[in-house]
Amino acid sequence: MADQSIPIGGSLDVTPQVRERLPLLDRLHEWVVTVDHKRLGILYVLYALFFMAVAGAEALSMRVQLAVPNNHFLQPELYDQFFTMHGTTMVFLVGMPILFGIANYLVPLMIGARDMAFPRLNAFSFWLTAFGGILLYWSYIGGFGLYGMGNAPDVGWFAYAPLTTKPFSIGSSIDYWALALIVSGFGTLGTAINIVATTLSMRCKGMTLLRMPLFVWLMLVVSALTLITITPLTAAQVMLLLDRNLGAHFFDAQAGGSALLWIHFFWIFGHPEVYVLVLPVFGIASEIIPVFSRKAIFGYPAMVAASVGIAFVSLGVWAHHMFTVGMTSVGNTFFVLSTMLVGIPTGIKIFNWVATIWGGKVRFQTPMLFCVAFLFQFLIAGLTGIMLSVAPWDWQLHNSYFVIAHFHYVLVGAIVFNIFAAVYYWFPKVTGRMLSETLGKWHFWLFLIGFHLTFDTMHFVGLLGMPRSIYTYQADRGWGHLNFIITVGAFIQGIAVLIFFWNVIVSLRKGKEAGNDPWDAWTLEWATPSPPPAYNFASDPVVHSRRPLWDIKHPDDPDWKYES
Amino acid sequence: MKSLIREHGARALRLIFLLVLLAAPLAAPSAWADLPQQTPSTFAPASTPAFSIFGLSVFALAITGGIFVVVGGLLAYAVVRFRERANDDTSEPPQIYGSLQVELAWTVIPILIVVVLFLTTARIIFAIQDAPQPKDALDVTVIGHQFWWEFRYPKLGIVTANELHVPVSTPQTPQPTFLHLLSADVDHSFWVPQLAGKTDLIPNHPNETWIEPTHTGLYYGQCAQFCGVQHANMLLRVYVETPAQFAAWVKSQQQPAVEDPQVAAGREVFETHACANCHAVQGTGAVGTFGPDLTHLASRDTIAAGAANNTPQELFNWIKDPDSIKPGCLMPSMQLSENDIHELVAYLETLH
Repeated sequence: MADQSIPIGGSLDVTPQVRERLPLLDRLHEWVVTVDHKRLGILYVLYALFFMAVAGAEALSMRVQLAVPNNHFLQPELYDQFFTMHGTTMVFLVGMPILFGIANYLVPLMIGARDMAFPRLNAFSFWLTAFGGILLYWSYIGGFGLYGMGNAPDVGWFAYAPLTTKPFSIGSSIDYWALALIVSGFGTLGTAINIVATTLSMRCKGMTLLRMPLFVWLMLVVSALTLITITPLTAAQVMLLLDRNLGAHFFDAQAGGSALLWIHFFWIFGHPEVYVLVLPVFGIASEIIPVFSRKAIFGYPAMVAASVGIAFVSLGVWAHHMFTVGMTSVGNTFFVLSTMLVGIPTGIKIFNWVATIWGGKVRFQTPMLFCVAFLFQFLIAGLTGIMLSVAPWDWQLHNSYFVIAHFHYVLVGAIVFNIFAAVYYWFPKVTGRMLSETLGKWHFWLFLIGFHLTFDTMHFVGLLGMPRSIYTYQADRGWGHLNFIITVGAFIQGIAVLIFFWNVIVSLRKGKEAGNDPWDAWTLEWATPSPPPAYNFASDPVVHSRRPLWDIKHPDDPDWKYES
Repeated sequence: MKSLIREHGARALRLIFLLVLLAAPLAAPSAWADLPQQTPSTFAPASTPAFSIFGLSVFALAITGGIFVVVGGLLAYAVVRFRERANDDTSEPPQIYGSLQVELAWTVIPILIVVVLFLTTARIIFAIQDAPQPKDALDVTVIGHQFWWEFRYPKLGIVTANELHVPVSTPQTPQPTFLHLLSADVDHSFWVPQLAGKTDLIPNHPNETWIEPTHTGLYYGQCAQFCGVQHANMLLRVYVETPAQFAAWVKSQQQPAVEDPQVAAGREVFETHACANCHAVQGTGAVGTFGPDLTHLASRDTIAAGAANNTPQELFNWIKDPDSIKPGCLMPSMQLSENDIHELVAYLETLH
């Protein structure tokens, strides 16, 4: 293990934080009014994990319903609510909050700052996001509809108009849905502004843009992308609310509105949104893979360029979700090309990760296991993405289980796997204790097996013509066995996640003491005590390369000699 | 000794995990092997556009499969070859920061692959989407409703529902069918995987697609765009028939409804209740357009957009309580007496 008192320019306060223990109510109050980026980060993550459990339970219920043909486990209304809420929750209340939470915690630490640029805005953003989540789930109680029509939103997370307009969606569940996304969207915008301002203006001495850890780079790119992409969603939600409540006709085809307009708005948001979710985990992988391969990241400038490139291209590919809406052949061809172009910077990233491992000494602790699985799964997800970009083939695959398989390969196989990697990797920093490696390995292997049973199989059932969003299917279609396998896999994943939660709870109390730097890592957060004190650094650190802790651990062979 | 057992145990466990993992993707194709006839597999094309798509998909699969083998192989090799071993010293491996030549190489190769794949794709897009409509092509207007399909043959004067009949196309007499896609309410999508890719039906946004089936038979599909609570039971059948069979079907469908005095009681139930507000029976006072045209109901194999077979018993259940078959569908239960329903079913059974 590394030295307990690594000096960064002789300026770090590494005395652990000693605090008196306050009564429970005072401690709760402290958490509610906190503007500390670390506490807000933890709040985000806990909030997201709670909703991950909720949306996971919704997914498992759907899988029980689909395990056999003509099943009667869920009413169709309930099934429709569950897939709508599962999607909306996982994207807006799990994916974005957990990634922004991790960023909230890490970005200031990694760039040697004492907090975010706007701590109060930071707290405001979190509570807006939290309120958005409560508003969405309040629809189960408050979004009354006609008897038997259900009350939570039941129109799919893409919520295509005119199904969402008043004549087809009575009651107020859609209004809850739209309002919840507007509110949490403003929270997200606040965080994005905060991260951009922090990375641009709060870096410590010596940390030029091209010395920032890749995770910070990715969060800068993601935040900029968020600022662009949330806006059309908010605009569309406002139009939808106007249609529903004030008699406007933006999406009301019978009054001259355009159903197609919603689809455009939604995917102008929706496609970059995928990159908002996946780019941060590229950052996570780019932090973890080098440390566990014991090598510097290969091709840092190329990684930065590829990330910025992906963000730009991602803004021009949205209509590949729309190959079946009847665009012109020229329009389709354009979006085929722009979509295939994404494969180039993405390929560069995969190659650079492989090259980072190449020639290293790979340590297979739990964070690295998740990252290696991520690399394989993201490779497959990218290749099925290429298949979907082949527009004529997409005419077959669109809205089939193949698409469900593809985007869960991204959202689970890449994003969730890396989020688990991040939790195993940074948990010691946040809590001062290690997560159990034994439980971690059980978690990893069970989750891996469950994941592949479920999502590999979904590709096949999609190729066999099974569309998404159906609550039941005919017995004679030949999809029964495959669906049963999918359901078994889903439950294995559920068990793995329970092991993860158990691991977190047990390790919080009995985990091994972590020390400052349990992984022998190289970025600034590992120079602080675990957990880091309020305001992180007693005085500003000074760095000379991308891996300040490497320089200190290897004074004879520092990075700044080689970096260009 | 104990630690040795534990180590072996761990290794055995890891091996089991790996084997299960490898078995996972194999389980799926083995279930694929014994598929029933009704499976609408995208890999069993039976119509010109579906053949082109299938050819293209095999090409794309070969390219992406090749990439997977190369990159996945490199990754697997790197992970196994460069793992830390028990007897390694504690020194760090040589640090390599990058290489411009290597970066250039693995940028150029994907660009070349993209160019090839893009040009191939573009060719098929134009071939399918911009195919001119031959003069003698069959025209069908498809109208999506919550939760059923309306088929109109404007040149033949036929209106039917949920079961599309088209003639087969042979090299000697090519006979494509052009489908004009409209929606009466929300978005739907027309998808019969073995005949063509899907195209959406969007209100106020007419679309078009075409099929040219080369083999006779029955092809299954269903709505592929979520359209509400009974989206799952918005099923679709296409009957591809020989020219003679198709001509016979057209002739029978062009007849007005059969009038059978024996079922006059049932007809009276139909015409004096709200049935007639939504359904049409040509040649009677029933001219509703909200539900399927029933003029030739008895000639169809299914009811409720494929959710039930067209038998007297299922028809009885359907009329008695549609929600028992399609919960949330838009046809209400008319609260008829059992006797009335029996009369009604007897009447509907005569509508050949």
